[in-house]
Amino acid sequence: MNWIEPNSIDVTPIQHLNEQGVLTGKTVINDEEKLDIYKWMVKARRFDELAVKFQRQGKIGTYAPLTGQEAAQVGSAFALEEKDWIFPSYREAAACFVRGTKPSSFFKYAMGHLHGGILKEEGVFPVQIIIGAQALHAAGSAWADQYKNNDAVSVAYIGDGATSQGDFHEAMNFASVFQLPVVYFVQNNQWAISVPYHKQTRSLSIAQKALAYGMTGVQVDGNDAVGVYETMKEARSLAKDGKPVLIEALTHRMGPHTTSDDPSKYRSKEGDEAWGKKDPIARYRKWLEGLQLWSEEEEQDLNASIEDELKQAFNEATETTTTSLGDALGYVYEKPTNRLREQILEWKGSGESK
Amino acid sequence: MTEMNMIEAINFTLRQEMEKDEDVLILGEDVGRNGGVFRATDGLVDTFGERRVVDTPLAESGIIGTAVGMAVRGLKPVAEIQFLGFIYEAMDQIAAQAARIRFRSAGNFHAPMVIRAPYSGGVKTPELHSDSLEALFMHSAGIKVIMPSSPSDAKGLLNAAIEDPDPVLFLEPMKLYRAIRENVEEERYTIEIGKANILKEGSDITLISWGSTMAETKKAVQMLEENGYSIELIDLRTIVPLDEETIIDSVMKTSRCVVVHEAVKSAGVGAEISAIINEKALFYISAPVLRVTGYDSPYPVATVENDWIPSVDRIVREVKHVWELSLD
Ligand SMILES: Cc1ncc(C[n+]2csc(CCOP(=O)(O)OP(=O)(O)O)c2C)c(N)n1
Repeated sequence: MNWIEPNSIDVTPIQHLNEQGVLTGKTVINDEEKLDIYKWMVKARRFDELAVKFQRQGKIGTYAPLTGQEAAQVGSAFALEEKDWIFPSYREAAACFVRGTKPSSFFKYAMGHLHGGILKEEGVFPVQIIIGAQALHAAGSAWADQYKNNDAVSVAYIGDGATSQGDFHEAMNFASVFQLPVVYFVQNNQWAISVPYHKQTRSLSIAQKALAYGMTGVQVDGNDAVGVYETMKEARSLAKDGKPVLIEALTHRMGPHTTSDDPSKYRSKEGDEAWGKKDPIARYRKWLEGLQLWSEEEEQDLNASIEDELKQAFNEATETTTTSLGDALGYVYEKPTNRLREQILEWKGSGESK
Repeated sequence: MTEMNMIEAINFTLRQEMEKDEDVLILGEDVGRNGGVFRATDGLVDTFGERRVVDTPLAESGIIGTAVGMAVRGLKPVAEIQFLGFIYEAMDQIAAQAARIRFRSAGNFHAPMVIRAPYSGGVKTPELHSDSLEALFMHSAGIKVIMPSSPSDAKGLLNAAIEDPDPVLFLEPMKLYRAIRENVEEERYTIEIGKANILKEGSDITLISWGSTMAETKKAVQMLEENGYSIELIDLRTIVPLDEETIIDSVMKTSRCVVVHEAVKSAGVGAEISAIINEKALFYISAPVLRVTGYDSPYPVATVENDWIPSVDRIVREVKHVWELSLD
């Protein structure tokens, strides 16, 4: 009998840039792109630090940090084309920035502004709070592109926890059955709030789940921006031809789940230190320096310009006047129903009652 | 004009909309070759092909969730949920995703899509096939809910639903799929979503119903009229938006109201209507608003379902009751 044993599926992760910053694989990334990827990662980390700080100071609401996941997000989003669409969760600020979302929009989102968050023109779906729901939206979006013969790809960003949800499995199945141009990009950051990977699934990898759906699966070192970039490029070209792909990027969120979470309750210091050595930005910088593409002086210039930009972004968000509840109620339907119109008037203090 | 029953009218409308607009496509379980378990999509795959009439895997959340993605990206999906009782599987994708996306993106994104589902009892279905769940969706702001009761209404309302820029839940009373035949205009026409239909004018009591219970309600009205009551009969047609104006105008005239619906009583649409009358026409009414509804239980087994569904007798009794309770 040919039993398929759970441990008979072995997956070896792709890696191009090792933890010492040495390129061990090939890359098509040109020098300018190399620098761009680095700059996006540094900007994302700085944004993250500021967002956490502002939350602590009560200037913005709850925020979900991404530090540690910069390579996974930037590397993957950078490999896409402008016409592609991404479907992020709440933790994907870096991927959204690469697509054109302004940091000020993210600040506004975290401040609870009506007009904060994502714009349609960015090819980014509004960030998803319900775990895994966006996997299906990405399939639908890919379906629309396939239907209209657009040459675009949709990418769903999900976490390891999301792979336990029904929507994830339904999405994988739809993607494969209809051969949709979609990529599932799982950032396996090892934790779903406090629940570790091994309590989320007994699969040895998330990548191997693709097999069950008749799809291509691949695991990549998610802290290696080069590996992630190359993997996404390849996945994109497969997906474009109707071969959806599941990518598992092995990474680690260095901070808390959100600003209201305390990871010391469930995570060991040793584990965090081990992952700290795999820092995606440190190794990438070493690589650039080795290539004579980067210097301490350039680093300082970059930091200063990012500081300026983010400061301005935050000021812009702070100075944005809040829109009223009355305005918000205008967005439930294209045209407010009579009842809503009445409620809007009532809210504005000029409601007439019959 | 052609004689059609409701299922034929729906099939006709879907074909008409697909001919009119390339971006309209149908997806669901068994909607393709089989033409739907009630034949609502019969023959469409032959005309439009599997690209536009899609048999999906068996996954309700998958059907609605992909439809959300399609709708946002410019298609006009008409998704079928085989029976309304199965819609809980897709509750997140409807209530938390499709219905909310316009609001939470401040109008930047919207999901113009239609979800069709048969509901209603009286046809001896297995468990969980017959439930009337419209109130769940009335409580989920951002989606519209249509419940036609006749072939011609089904046609005009489905035309309007597919054209609508917001997500629409289109609930079809399976009991009435083949019960009524009438002349239906073949030309494309739309019936305004959110406009109730005054089926009969009267001066004593307003009777409000929609969808599946219209059949019993009409019979009850006939009996009551024979007994000398003058009934104003309103078919709501649309649950969301609710035509409050028609309700209030009518009740101000008759001063009494009985609501008939098949869904369970507690927190049903009847409760909502009663509250509106209380808020807006209290001093015009001379008796409490009464409700004839399903009982507060899960939809029951076939042998007792006819006792569960509002019957002509129960409707007649409650109308007489409201008359007795009247102050004037
Ligand atoms: C349907 C649903 N259930 C529970 C939650 C609460 N919740 C928010 S984030 C989270 C963990 C998600 O983990 P994962 O998918 O691995 O993503 P990560 O946060 O690590 O990026 C949980 C349980 C939710 N937002 N949605």
